[in-house]
Amino acid sequence: MTAELVRGQNHPLPQARLEIRVSAGEPVLAGATLSDAQGKVRGTEWVAHPGAPTLPGLEVSKQAAADHRLAFDLDALPESVHRVDVLLALPTGTGGPVRFGAVAAPFVAVTGLDGSEVASYTITGLDSESAVIALELYRRQDSWKVRAVGQGYAGGLAALLADQGLAGAAQLASGINDAVVQGLARSVAPPPPRLPEGDRALQTPAPAGSQGASGTVPPQQGAPGAPQHGSPYDVTGAASPVAPPAAQGASINYTHPGRAAGAPPPPAPTAPPADPGQPAQPVAGAATGWSMEERLYNQVWGMFEDLARTVAAYRSAVDFADSRMEQELDKVLSDPRSRIGGQGHVAREAAQTKHTELVSQARAALDRDLTQLIAESDVVEPALPAAFARWDNPVWHGYRVPMEIPMALRLGDLHLPESENLRIPMLIRLPLERGLWIDSGRSGQLDELVDQDELRRLAMDVAVAHAARLLAVYPAGEFVVHVIDPAGSAARSLTPLVRSGVLPAPPAVGPASVADVLTRLTERVDLVQMAVRGGAADALPPGLDTAEQLLIVNDFPHGFDDRAVTRLRYLADEGPSVGVHLMMVADREDAAAYGPLLDPLWRSLLRLSPVPDDHLADPWVGHAWTYEPPRVPRGSQVLDQVLDQVAEARRRDR
Amino acid sequence: MTVNLTKGQAISLQKNDGGTLTAVRMGLGWQAAPRRGLFGSRTREIDLDASAVLFADKRPVDVVFFQHLVSDDGSVRHTGDNLVGGVGQGGDDEAILVDLARVPVHIDQIVFTVNSFTGQTFQEVQNAFCRLVDESSGQELARYTLAGGGAYTAQIMAKVHRAGAGWTMTALGTPANGRTFQDLMPSIVPHL
Repeated sequence: MTAELVRGQNHPLPQARLEIRVSAGEPVLAGATLSDAQGKVRGTEWVAHPGAPTLPGLEVSKQAAADHRLAFDLDALPESVHRVDVLLALPTGTGGPVRFGAVAAPFVAVTGLDGSEVASYTITGLDSESAVIALELYRRQDSWKVRAVGQGYAGGLAALLADQGLAGAAQLASGINDAVVQGLARSVAPPPPRLPEGDRALQTPAPAGSQGASGTVPPQQGAPGAPQHGSPYDVTGAASPVAPPAAQGASINYTHPGRAAGAPPPPAPTAPPADPGQPAQPVAGAATGWSMEERLYNQVWGMFEDLARTVAAYRSAVDFADSRMEQELDKVLSDPRSRIGGQGHVAREAAQTKHTELVSQARAALDRDLTQLIAESDVVEPALPAAFARWDNPVWHGYRVPMEIPMALRLGDLHLPESENLRIPMLIRLPLERGLWIDSGRSGQLDELVDQDELRRLAMDVAVAHAARLLAVYPAGEFVVHVIDPAGSAARSLTPLVRSGVLPAPPAVGPASVADVLTRLTERVDLVQMAVRGGAADALPPGLDTAEQLLIVNDFPHGFDDRAVTRLRYLADEGPSVGVHLMMVADREDAAAYGPLLDPLWRSLLRLSPVPDDHLADPWVGHAWTYEPPRVPRGSQVLDQVLDQVAEARRRDR
Repeated sequence: MTVNLTKGQAISLQKNDGGTLTAVRMGLGWQAAPRRGLFGSRTREIDLDASAVLFADKRPVDVVFFQHLVSDDGSVRHTGDNLVGGVGQGGDDEAILVDLARVPVHIDQIVFTVNSFTGQTFQEVQNAFCRLVDESSGQELARYTLAGGGAYTAQIMAKVHRAGAGWTMTALGTPANGRTFQDLMPSIVPHL
């Protein structure tokens, strides 16, 4: 029987293991604070929040979400804890609502593990508050009770935590918010819409006529096969209002963006018929799309999703096997009969056997899928166009300066611990939607063997390789790279760019030339923005270069004064929409003196590491993927050869 | 051959040829509420939602519903939320597809439910039905008529569970009340 609580009302809790469900309609962060008999929170280690989601006896979500399920085991809390406050707060700096008055009244429910509701409470009457204590669970004579609180704080999380008597509340609050926003920012770009009919080689194709025995066609709204062709291209078109500015306003293209190709696309390659009982042989390009490039792009994203999901299935099965065995062993231990004689021993062995069986079944399913994906990867990798291919792919030896911008660019490889010998290409859409940050700091866990100077050099090498790839995949003269290297410390890494002559000017060294580069790029952003907003693209000065611009910044904030930092932040905010992108090669610690001022800058960039590091999340299940930067094979001249061709084409173009 | 079920009737289904099911689909269809009176826009839309809950040894592991359209492992997919229903001419307005070969090894039961998110009982819904289809052959295995089905806002439709090496489907058709699958958990548990 559910008790619907009103503010201030309490209700006994029948069991110690509980879930608290939250639904808020908008992403909120959920946390909990513990307090002792005097009602005091003893320190930050008594606060569970997205940055530190687990405490003995309770767990909260690592991310902001519209719905939460928080797990509690009240018996497992430290003895000294007498009260648990469950709090909700709106994350700041995400562009979401900033007051609870603007969202639907949050609903919280205390449930048993089987989902049966014990008590529920709808937090009404909130207005300018951005943080609220929803419920408190408290000890009363050896048992626990829940009370509906609903105390809101207009001062947000900081005010809420301060009210709990916590020293350093503001700092903790901003740390929590950072953890949440980073959780949002670290996810890999959203996936392209996965076309339902894009059944790939992994699934056996369903026979025709599967729409149902009645033979009727489902209405459009719910139709599973409703095509969404071309939507990836729509995004590209909308995101680059500047290119090319001269064409804007003059003529309007009435062609449906999804039907850019007048003629139907050539059919996708199909797999040869499989032997009965065997999975179909994988084929490169066996996905939907209007061109081979788009099909390969969709296929790679499909492989990425399949790997994420099959590993999720494996992990979920292993977790379940572990927890079931633990439970069964607990039962054996708590049964006094099993202490004497061999009964306990037999039960223990039975539990272990069940565990081994389930895990080996799960492993077999995973291996089956991995084998299939590796076979697919073996045919897909050699078929990839240059922009999607590794540097060691022969396609780079036959490189020619392209006539068109590719759909996407390979930034590196991704893998999971379960899939050591399968690498998924990490493809992001072009033009870039956000800047890049090659982190030369020591934040990763895998780089302990590399010293700091080596790391900085590696970071700059990786940045140069990314920049060279961008230059190579754009048509001649449509991509320009600027470099700021205030102390001249990256001269060696920059050699390929400088030597080949693809840079319009030598790397900016010293504060004066740093300021000069920033000023010119800022002016460009201003001009293009004004022209686009005013609908007067043809009013741009004739000398203005319409190419996309990439600014590589090494050793930030060395050589930057406050004015230059402001300019850089402006470029980070306003640049991407008008084709000016940042590539920071920096250690965040170096800029620590600026405090939280620069947090939005770091957050707006896609963080990549110069060494393998597991910091990227997939958009479906949120595994932590290990990212590996692209490597140019040792001793290979491919980078120099490609850059020479780019430089040559640029000279001809002029 | 379609089995027409009345509420509460439970039968076990095996494929006629003795083989096991490899893919099933739960389809849900209903007719949009008719617009009456001068202010046509004031009629209340009816939003029914289909959900599937994945259980491992009676513990819920994953749920597929309108806010989580694909199970983490990718084996269960919802074709998307339909807020207003269709024309009631037999097509599915919402569907959940289950690829039984890809269901993780520890999942042993999948329960399908239907909820009225907007709160109308099945008495007020027109031409509402819910059906289970063997996706590999297109054969309809079971069909319920929800319209006029009583003063309930939810129904626990059926469960698909492991039997030996394959899967078996049992129709449940238990009426319940609730807005989303979460409210139904207590009613689902006895059927596991």
